[in-house]
Amino acid sequence: MKSIRNHLSLVIALLSILFSMQIFIIVDRSIDAYKENLANNYAVVIVSQKRLSDEVVLGINKLIASSGELTADSVIERLNSGMDKKNIEFLKLTLPKFYKLKLDHYPTPQEVITLKKDLLKNSSITKIEDFSHNHDTTYKLLLLFKGVVSVFALSIFVVTTLLIFKELRIWQFKHSERMSIMGLFGAPVWLRSAVLFRLSIVDAFIASIFAFGLFSYIATNAWILKQFESIDISVVIFNPIDDFVLLLGVAISLSILLASFIVLGHKEEV
Amino acid sequence: MDKVIMAQNLTLAYSNNETIINQINFSVDSGSFVFITGASGSGKSTLLKSIFGALKPKQGSLIVGGVELKGVSSSKLNFLRRHIGIVFQDYKLVKEWSIEKNIMLPLIINGYDKSVTQNQVETLLKHVRLKHQAGKYPLELSGGEQQRVAMARALAHNPILILADEPTGNLDDYSSQLIWNLLEGANSQLKTTVIVVTHHIPESLGVEYKHFHIEYGSIHEVN
Repeated sequence: MKSIRNHLSLVIALLSILFSMQIFIIVDRSIDAYKENLANNYAVVIVSQKRLSDEVVLGINKLIASSGELTADSVIERLNSGMDKKNIEFLKLTLPKFYKLKLDHYPTPQEVITLKKDLLKNSSITKIEDFSHNHDTTYKLLLLFKGVVSVFALSIFVVTTLLIFKELRIWQFKHSERMSIMGLFGAPVWLRSAVLFRLSIVDAFIASIFAFGLFSYIATNAWILKQFESIDISVVIFNPIDDFVLLLGVAISLSILLASFIVLGHKEEV
Repeated sequence: MDKVIMAQNLTLAYSNNETIINQINFSVDSGSFVFITGASGSGKSTLLKSIFGALKPKQGSLIVGGVELKGVSSSKLNFLRRHIGIVFQDYKLVKEWSIEKNIMLPLIINGYDKSVTQNQVETLLKHVRLKHQAGKYPLELSGGEQQRVAMARALAHNPILILADEPTGNLDDYSSQLIWNLLEGANSQLKTTVIVVTHHIPESLGVEYKHFHIEYGSIHEVN
């Protein structure tokens, strides 16, 4: 019972770190997926006096992935009350050309500004509609969300790291007598502190396994999947191999690092 | 005869710069039995601490087993300690370990084979009359029994030097006699150098010994 309690405090602290880290990863992946989704639906419309070939448009800025001409038929249809065919044909020739530009990825506001500048360098382009107001709002909202989650994850990381440090200090007090006695008989530092390292590595494993179970459940939970589906994005919530290796690596590295600090700070008492 | 300890102009002081031992010279022959006596606070335990490197010389030189302890590196000190057996007045047993594991400690540190370790521990438990208590923990034993365990641990790895700080200080006659017999045996049969810090030298000791007395920070041999 005492042994379980000894492990539990470190396992819970490590688990909180792993939890906040994986949540950050999920949010990051969701934002990337959402940005991709937005990029697919986002387009810039340009008005040109002359017909522009695909090569010309694609050469203006690397951000432009494709361009498509918008037909003027719908505009003309509205004016088509009593106009004869000849005039309609003339009107078609004199109306400016409209192009819808699809972008390679969801642009930052700075990228939108650069794109507009590059487009206006072409003398035949007279007007650009970038829907920047909507774009800016969505983009800033995404950044704000990511920022809040990052700060939250970082706070949990700092607080729990301090908790782990404190817990290992308690361990050090518990083990210091044994470590000192071993030192009197010439045990090297690694042997004296082997128990401390072993316990912290075991706890890192336990915390990683708990995190694996928790996120495996979350990744298959119907309600959570439905939420992602409702905003039309598909995200890998938990990759059982890559993510688990990452979580395990972080947990073990952190445990070893903190245990090393404790061991280096140990002073021999006789 | 080889010297296992050589001190020249040795000065020992605590961190507050209070000098305990002042410029002493003495040596201990390999295989000898030595008593160090002195009044409480005279510095005899401090001298013992310096011999196993827990207190570094402030001035002068202290060579133990060929290792100069002034400015010694931790790896060299560990190496030296692996060849010393120590018995403390307060036993210094690991409370959360069984008696058996406590005796095994120097053997584990010295990398002995598991079978050798097991045999050695069984033999020592017989010598200290604690075979029936092997699985118990230190706090389940009396003071005398704990000191016998500490004695067995000090002998386990056949050290070149045994340091004992008032090993029979608070013990009953039976345990005291057992401790002296073990120290005599180690000295006469294994030629282990034994240094005992004590207030009283036992009257019936079966080995020849040297007697140093510490007074006012100085040491002198008593004939």
